[in-house]
Amino acid sequence: MQNSSSKQDRIAEYKALIARITPKSKLAVGCWRAFWVGGLICVFGQTLIDYGRASLKLNQSQASAFASIVLVFLTAALTGVGVFDQIAKYAGAGTVVPITGFANAMVSPAMEFRPEGFVLGTGAKLFTIAGPVLVYGISASVIVGLISYFVR
Amino acid sequence: MGAAIWMYLKVFLVGGLLCVLGEVLILKTKFTPARILVAYITAGVFLSAVGLYGPLVSFAGAGATVPLTGFGHALAQGVLHAVQENGILGAFTGGLTATAGGITAAIFFGFIAAVLFRPKPKT
Repeated sequence: MQNSSSKQDRIAEYKALIARITPKSKLAVGCWRAFWVGGLICVFGQTLIDYGRASLKLNQSQASAFASIVLVFLTAALTGVGVFDQIAKYAGAGTVVPITGFANAMVSPAMEFRPEGFVLGTGAKLFTIAGPVLVYGISASVIVGLISYFVR
Repeated sequence: MGAAIWMYLKVFLVGGLLCVLGEVLILKTKFTPARILVAYITAGVFLSAVGLYGPLVSFAGAGATVPLTGFGHALAQGVLHAVQENGILGAFTGGLTATAGGITAAIFFGFIAAVLFRPKPKT
């Protein structure tokens, strides 16, 4: 009797150990991190919009632009001092999907390729990722504009 | 007060979920962060144009405008308004006019940061 209860204890202990050391699924952890960091960045954006509307007397779209500008500024500064990459490594898509990802994608290669010169290093590499983003975004918007002009 | 908390909760949930979608695309498909950005801005433009993204912006504020789909939304709405006011010329001026602040800030601050700072040595 003594023996079987200690055996059950050991089984329970073993199961607890397995549960403790098994890595959680990469997908679940990644999604959780992206969710709370990305959500928090958006909440910070909302406080900037609210501040812009209440204190700077901006209208909705101006306040939205103001929030983008502040987020872009903070991302550029944090990328420069090397803090942003630490956050990005943790948060994955949580920092990529908000406008912070766009700003970081400009600063990082521009910094890295500066030894190739201010024109073809810094100047050109700012657009390594921003270039395609603007090409597709602007082209899509022109298509939408042309359709709305001819179809109405 | 309760309304403000509810608003921030909606911002958090919608913004967070748009990021979760990006994370799933990165881990489960061949999407790189660069492709995520391109896909999000393009999707934002077309979702906004057909009238699906506007309601999400009214519902979740910055939760919908801070993700890059919101950048696409700003492009599309800028173009649609400009076409109404200036005709076909607006198709070429509206998008960048509406997003000028964000794009200019990204170019300017990005440039300044790249000039001022050195990349950290990779550990």
